[in-house]
Amino acid sequence: MANDFSTIDLKLPKIKPGVIKLIAVAVIVLIILVGSLYQISPEEMGVILRFGKFVRTTNPGLHLKLPLGIEKLTKVPVQRQLKMEFGFRTSRAGIKSEYRVTGESLKEAVMLTGDLNVVVAEWIVQYKIEDAYKYLFKVRDAELTFRYMNEAIIRKVIGDNSVDEVITVGRARIALQAKEELQKLCDLYEIGIEVNQLIFQDVNPPDPVKASFNEVNESQQERERKINEAWSEYNKEIPKASGVAEQTIRGAEGYAMARINNAQGDATRFKAIYREYIRAPLVTRKRLYLEAINEILPKISKKIIFDEKQKNILPLLNLGEEVKK
Amino acid sequence: MTKQTKNILVIVVALAVLIILTDALYKVSETNQVIITQFGDPIGNAVTSPGLHIKAPFIQKANFFEKRWLEWDGDPNQIPTKDKKYIWVDTYARWRISDPLVFFQRVRDERGAYSRMDDIVDGETRNAIANFDLIEIVRVSNREFEMTEETSVLETREAVQEIETGREKIANIILEASAKITPEIGVEITDVKIKRINYVDDVQRKVFDRMIAERQRIAARYRSEGDGKSAEIRGQKERELKRIQSEAYKKAQELKGKADAESTKIYASAYNLDPEFYQFMKTLEIYRTIMDKETWLLLSTDAEFLKYLKSTRK
Repeated sequence: MANDFSTIDLKLPKIKPGVIKLIAVAVIVLIILVGSLYQISPEEMGVILRFGKFVRTTNPGLHLKLPLGIEKLTKVPVQRQLKMEFGFRTSRAGIKSEYRVTGESLKEAVMLTGDLNVVVAEWIVQYKIEDAYKYLFKVRDAELTFRYMNEAIIRKVIGDNSVDEVITVGRARIALQAKEELQKLCDLYEIGIEVNQLIFQDVNPPDPVKASFNEVNESQQERERKINEAWSEYNKEIPKASGVAEQTIRGAEGYAMARINNAQGDATRFKAIYREYIRAPLVTRKRLYLEAINEILPKISKKIIFDEKQKNILPLLNLGEEVKK
Repeated sequence: MTKQTKNILVIVVALAVLIILTDALYKVSETNQVIITQFGDPIGNAVTSPGLHIKAPFIQKANFFEKRWLEWDGDPNQIPTKDKKYIWVDTYARWRISDPLVFFQRVRDERGAYSRMDDIVDGETRNAIANFDLIEIVRVSNREFEMTEETSVLETREAVQEIETGREKIANIILEASAKITPEIGVEITDVKIKRINYVDDVQRKVFDRMIAERQRIAARYRSEGDGKSAEIRGQKERELKRIQSEAYKKAQELKGKADAESTKIYASAYNLDPEFYQFMKTLEIYRTIMDKETWLLLSTDAEFLKYLKSTRK
């Protein structure tokens, strides 16, 4: 030993024993300080145990505790919004998150409805650790317990709803009811968790049945389409028919007007002529007659004039042939 | 004694004290409870208050047990219900070591406890499930399902059975029966819940077939509704067309009839002045219209108009 020191002495500058002591003390103090100082991030809470006994919680900031394992620190992220997924797993979170369904997660999602049908329901639950003490010291595996509670509650609530309610109209109501019951159970179990939200993601019929559910949607659309087609036919034909009807009525009105006007015209004319006629009936009659003859005869191409006494002329006329021509 | 031996002695004694202290002191955490055993025999009650505690070194041993609430998760069991439907039932229980001494004596550790609890809770689960119809295990209450358009189509759907007991009470039956037994192993159970129920594959296939048939019924109903409604609309359209057309015809005929009557009246009042003259006028007018160049006119010389052809007599 002495030999070693002497060789070192040759190479290093001489250090006084006092300085070595000082460095040793400083190192010890440093170790103790490092063990005593701790920092709590804004979203966390510190839980301090002294020899295993809970003594205090600390808020975010820089704090001191007893070193050398006398006081132990556990950090609990009380402000952080935590999330649990059921029926699927986020394999890569991001702007376009990727999800996958594993055998285990599918088992979480398959459940019976109140009408003894089967649905596959995926949901997430958002929660916060509300009481770090309970979370750490009342239940051993609070997260696993919470998972079981979720599964039991969701199945219980869905078990009291029909498959149609679960898939369509009842979703929001079921989620709300499940959230409330879950919170009640959390309080009962003293698990220290506050349930913020329970949201159903996909709720679907099982794969083998899906096609028939789609068929229902299609048939529903088909029904709407048929009805719309019928209505569009209706709307195409009825206004047209109304127009035609209007036309008929207007035509009749025109006819009526013409008929009356004509009658009035004819009547007026007749009266006018008659007024003059009664002054000299005989000559007027003759004039009218002759005027008519004068007008008619020139238009007629075949005029045959015969004497009443000569009876044989008619048979000679080949009327039939003429007509045939 | 030289100074050197004295120093060595001091160090040895200090070391010995340290070793003894280390073994005599033990730390009970918030999450633990401890049973002290002396050569394997439990001494006194369980130590449950957290902090530093002291025991006799070497001859006494501290055995640590969990103090918090624990989960027991059963294996899924295939159980027939009372109405002979085979289902998988998966339960969980909330429990804790309530009497560490008994726990220590009967099952030694958690692994031992789990295996006993498997027997107890699974057994009680079987008993309970087998005593009830499936619907009792699935449903909690007799709440009426909200009718959707789709379910209302299935009017003929077999009325869903009323339940008498329900899921929660059945879970309680399992709990009560189990909780009676578990104190024997120092365990307290405060809750049993039915976690998962699923059909076994065979049954599931049949259920799927039923679901498919139900949906097909709904779809068929929608299709025929579509046909029916559109036919109804077409009928309505036909009726409307006929109404519009006939009303128009009626109106038109009325208008025409009225006008005809009116004109008849007008003509009559005028021509009544001298019916014979009217006939004369009208006949001449008709001659004008009916005789054209196709007409053959055979005129006798007796006709008034031709009488001057024969003579100039007055």
